[in-house]
Amino acid sequence: MQRYDQATWSETDGDRYEPLLAEKNEQQVDVAEQTSLPDEVTRESVSLPELSEPEIARHYTRLSQMNYGIENGVFPLGSCTMKYNPKFTEDVAALADAAVHRDRSAESTQGTLEIYGRLQDYLGRIGGMDAVTLQPPAGAAGEFTGILVAKAYHEHNDEGNRNEVIVPSSAHGTNFASAALAGYDVVELPPSDDGRIDLDALEEAVGDETAALMLTNPNTLGLFERDIEEIAEIVHDAGGLLYYDGANLNALLGQARPGDMGFDIMHFNLHKTFATPHGGGGPGAGPIGVTEDLAGFLPSPQVRADDDEYELYEPEHSIGKVHGAMGNWLVLLKAYAYIERLGDDGLADTSTKAVLNANYLGSKIDLDIPFGPFHHEFVASAGDRDAADFAKRMLDYGVHPPTTKWPDIVSEALMTEPTETESRKTLDQLAAALNAVAEEDETTLSTAPSSTSARRIDQTSAARSPRLSWHALE
Amino acid sequence: MTQQTQMTQNSQNASSERRSEGNPFTPHTEADVEAMLDAIGAESVEELFDIPPSVQFEGSFGIESASEQTVVQDISATLAQNEQLTEFLGRGQYDHYVPSLVDNLSLRSEFLTSYTQYQPEIAQGFLQALFEYQSMLVELTGLGVANCSMYDAATALGEAALLADRVRETSGSQVLVSDLVREERLSVLENYLAGADMTVETYPTVNGATDAATLAEHVTDETVMVYVENPTAIGSIQEELSAAGDVADEHDAAFCLGSDPVALALLEEPAAVGADIVVGDASVLGLSPAYGMGLGLFACREDYLRQVPGRLVGVSEDASDNRAYTLTLQTREQHIRRERATSNICTNQAWVALRTAIHIAWLGATGLVDLAAECVELSRDLAADLDEIDGVTAPVYDRHHFREFLAETRQDAEQVAADLESAGFAVHAVDDHRIQVCITDANRPERDEFVAAVEEVVA
Repeated sequence: MQRYDQATWSETDGDRYEPLLAEKNEQQVDVAEQTSLPDEVTRESVSLPELSEPEIARHYTRLSQMNYGIENGVFPLGSCTMKYNPKFTEDVAALADAAVHRDRSAESTQGTLEIYGRLQDYLGRIGGMDAVTLQPPAGAAGEFTGILVAKAYHEHNDEGNRNEVIVPSSAHGTNFASAALAGYDVVELPPSDDGRIDLDALEEAVGDETAALMLTNPNTLGLFERDIEEIAEIVHDAGGLLYYDGANLNALLGQARPGDMGFDIMHFNLHKTFATPHGGGGPGAGPIGVTEDLAGFLPSPQVRADDDEYELYEPEHSIGKVHGAMGNWLVLLKAYAYIERLGDDGLADTSTKAVLNANYLGSKIDLDIPFGPFHHEFVASAGDRDAADFAKRMLDYGVHPPTTKWPDIVSEALMTEPTETESRKTLDQLAAALNAVAEEDETTLSTAPSSTSARRIDQTSAARSPRLSWHALE
Repeated sequence: MTQQTQMTQNSQNASSERRSEGNPFTPHTEADVEAMLDAIGAESVEELFDIPPSVQFEGSFGIESASEQTVVQDISATLAQNEQLTEFLGRGQYDHYVPSLVDNLSLRSEFLTSYTQYQPEIAQGFLQALFEYQSMLVELTGLGVANCSMYDAATALGEAALLADRVRETSGSQVLVSDLVREERLSVLENYLAGADMTVETYPTVNGATDAATLAEHVTDETVMVYVENPTAIGSIQEELSAAGDVADEHDAAFCLGSDPVALALLEEPAAVGADIVVGDASVLGLSPAYGMGLGLFACREDYLRQVPGRLVGVSEDASDNRAYTLTLQTREQHIRRERATSNICTNQAWVALRTAIHIAWLGATGLVDLAAECVELSRDLAADLDEIDGVTAPVYDRHHFREFLAETRQDAEQVAADLESAGFAVHAVDDHRIQVCITDANRPERDEFVAAVEEVVA
């Protein structure tokens, strides 16, 4: 059995933790002495750590060694799609010509705009959408943008009274939050017995007040919504729009397109499907695609090619801006490089292998998987075990555990998504870890992990008496 | 055929064979696929897809795959079409030298390829780095809480207004911002507020800065938040911050200050002037101008804690009683509270925050204050030199400036900007006869040539 012993660093007597920079050397600088500005507009002093470069290099190197990334091992977090990130995309992002200021003229940044425009075009083809904006800086920002576009569309058609967005109960939490942020009442849709959309319940839920239905397909249980065409018809007949949450697009890449299924708006998670690293939780990027009817409402500016020149323009009924600039450009650039590298065949191979891997892993584990057939991810149940404890023990086997306790349709859920970049051998190790933990006693689980840089962390007291900066430790 | 040509052809054949199999990042051999299908009990991979035939995609995207080398060369050549201009541009995005250490450390794969720290026991490194980032911002703002990364300054401003609306006790739905705030930020703010039925109004500035008496004429009991930038989008340093804060207080409006980590090292401490919230773009340290990609800075008073948007890292102990870090107060967040969450932000700018923290650590207290002082001196000296040119007045407003300032030109400003672009320099045209000029350590080497070019252009 594989084991993963994470580095722990000790510079102080007896303590296992890496001390804070501030504990190494905090320096107070008297600001007034350093500037010709009058005292009235300046602060008195600043206290920050002050260390030599080698000390800083060691500090952050050690921190990196107390951190788990995809190159340390598998990250089978369901719905998060954490796959291997190709290295060469970093070289592309580091090109000096990529680092232009956002206020440069279109004439002087034709190279940047060409890639921007080409990526818009590629994503449109991949999603089956007529127009794409790259401005939203994350998936949830894409959801928010998409719902704002839907809102502007309805208002434009004198249907501004539509004030509800329908969201299946198993959907990502961001769907609910983004719809609420855009000012909508959220109507929760319970699932059918087979984990999919209940058409009767949907018929019941839609009406004159429906602005949109937000749907993930395959859904968070990994199940394809086979009735998607009927779903689209029901929503459209009621005058609503169908929104595609792209979080699970990795499972469909090159196999089916949201636009062909009847979706009107979709977002792409470039940091998931298109393998751009999102270290520590970001940055990502969340472009949205829309049908022709909605293109005029997209954020401003958009990029288009006019003869041989690329130019910026404002769509006719634009909602304005959702990011201070043009979105997370470096992430866009990396995703573009990834798409160019793979092409049609590689993109289709991605979903093929992602689905193969999930099904293979599912076949190798002894846990109950209540719903199927699944695509790129499945939700297993830890049974009478606490899924959170189950996950902690998996850390001792050198693997990152699945997403736990969600969606709550499955009790003690372990939502597992291996992705296409894991080898058969890695999947065997992951299955062995899941199976081994399932056999262990509860005490072992509840006291795990033991081989990591920190043992089980008390998250309750962290929330009860928050200490959020080094000043709170003084 | 020479041996070399033969080898090249062979390697091309070999790579095209690999490509035709699809994907260089999927590690499966044919034998693996067979064995895996056997284990599943399926005949083919196609059988695993549960997609109705009517929506199956049979077409092509028309995207050709290419070798890694070709992709890098193509992108490199495409980006090289950008004109090589020395940028004297600012207005919220600034170019400071990013030390080599930042790339070297942040590109370590354990950082770059990690994920949100849902399992803190194997993510202590990133959590500690984010905790240190939060701590640095707490020090710079003097406020009790800093979250660990939002998208950019504009979206952080939107979140600030929503926070103000949640914490303010009396009713009212208007946000008041200075007329110097750039329109992109205003537009983002309006989009954030539309869903909450809130509106944005601007108040006039006097001689390029907030005048407390003028502000007082515009604040009402409907005002939820007063937003002031220091320095402003035109680089002017505010002199009536405390007075502006008092005006906000009198009307029970939250006082929100826009700034950045470099300016915060030198200018009045937000907490000392009564700021309740600070927003801004922190990527000014850690990231080169990446076409506006940013890192939203967000700090606020401690008593707003339970209403703060975004991720927070806190300290706790592990089972061995050692200090340990964890994401905390997650009940505010969308994955738990859904439509009642304080924000919809999920994926954020954590890796940029790591870079910013490393950059601040590299500078240290002395280096950061020096850099800030340099921003004052460089812009003052450049303005003085431009002012000596016949047909140019700089700065337009007789105040202290930080990094940038307005200059008035006798000629049409758009034309001046266009002519400067032909001469190799990018500046921002503000209106008919005013351009905006920004100088930092990054474009300092070209400042004399820039002055000469301006002289030539306006002659």
